[in-house]
Amino acid sequence: MKLNLKIWRQEDAQDKGGFQKYTVDGIDGDMSFLEMLDVLNNTLVEEGVDPIEFDHDCREGICGSCSLQINGEPHGPDRRVTTCQLHMRKFKDGDDIVIEPFRATAFPVIKDLVIDRSAFDRIQHAGGYISVNTSGNTQDANSIPIEKDNADDSFYAATCIGCGACVAACKNASAMLFTAAKVSQFALLPQGEVEAHERVLSMVDQMDKEGFGNCTNTGACEIECPKGISLENIARMNREYLGASFSG
Amino acid sequence: MAGISKTSIARKFAMALSGLFLVLFLAQHFTINFTSVVSPSTFNEISHFMGTNFVVQAILQPILIFGVVFHFIMGFVLDIRNRKARSVSYAKFNGASNSSWMSRNMIISGSVVLLFLGLHFYDFWIPELVHKYVESHPDDPTRYYEETVAKFTGDPIRTGLYALSFVFLMLHLLHGFASSFQSIGFNNMYSKALKVFTKAFAIVIPMGFVFIAIFHYFNNL
Repeated sequence: MKLNLKIWRQEDAQDKGGFQKYTVDGIDGDMSFLEMLDVLNNTLVEEGVDPIEFDHDCREGICGSCSLQINGEPHGPDRRVTTCQLHMRKFKDGDDIVIEPFRATAFPVIKDLVIDRSAFDRIQHAGGYISVNTSGNTQDANSIPIEKDNADDSFYAATCIGCGACVAACKNASAMLFTAAKVSQFALLPQGEVEAHERVLSMVDQMDKEGFGNCTNTGACEIECPKGISLENIARMNREYLGASFSG
Repeated sequence: MAGISKTSIARKFAMALSGLFLVLFLAQHFTINFTSVVSPSTFNEISHFMGTNFVVQAILQPILIFGVVFHFIMGFVLDIRNRKARSVSYAKFNGASNSSWMSRNMIISGSVVLLFLGLHFYDFWIPELVHKYVESHPDDPTRYYEETVAKFTGDPIRTGLYALSFVFLMLHLLHGFASSFQSIGFNNMYSKALKVFTKAFAIVIPMGFVFIAIFHYFNNL
């Protein structure tokens, strides 16, 4: 398979950046999208050209490192997969593919396709935790009865890998789905109740400080999320937030 | 409570509440207007009540005007903030693959509705104020039907503009009505039924307004 690539190149955060065109040949349909970029990078290195920088780690769809806006969609045209799980069989010989970094003011470009997603870390630090006594007297979580539906919903919310596809897909670059997932995974469990009010207020406050946009309920985040995090979490966060605000 | 008015969720909550309030007003406005099709005398009676009742004029009307102004200003404020959240645009953005046109273009449909309100105020509200407070005509409970119908009689352009505006209102409501419930945190076992209701409302009410305008146009050819 031979592909025509248009890839965003940017030297550093200060550089204006721009698109470069490349042609890559000999791509197998069973390769992942990142492996296709590896092939291109090998060629570039052999030619003495600076290889294209992109984030990756586990390449199993669980670490949330890989990103990439591929032909206008985060993680490409497939659903419920990260870029590392996107196979080249989804493309045809001769296809033109536009590859950009996830775009958001809160996700500045570091180099080429690598972006700084530490805004998500700061949101998590603001309240995405529970305070547990770990001095040896920690209660076994399994000894606390939890309604099955709540346990399931909490688990599904916790599957968010923080890749940022929700922000990338949203026309407003909103981080509501990410923040809502992190709020929900604790809000649904008895262990999370104690700090529930403080948690949602702090995390939403940090989310706003980072400069993400407002949610307008387009639903694009849920569709593009590789883990299928539901919009229900955003409604839950809205309830939690308004409840916490009005209860003082 | 401190600082709630400055947060994204609070702004969305306020936007949703003002939107739901306007939806209620729309339902009431449609009900009254529809009587002009079935019973001109009933239309005159209700219009006269709405135009002269102290509670409607002195309390409800200012609340409505505030709701309209607030909804539009907040809509533009949110849009400006959202544009700032993505300072560098995508070269290629395939929004149609994951969301509806209506949900991505509320500012366009809302702006068309705002322009329509300008026309609507020019047609009805300003003449009503002039009639009552500038020219100080004597009270005439039978004038409303004739005045309303006169606006559409022999005027296909105005009738067309009204119809087109209500198509955009339909597009706005198709996303906005259901979305407002999500913004206030309502998402549960009744959400699917609510979505069906909001979609039906978003189509039936604006198309009902279109029907009324076209009815009066053709009825007076």
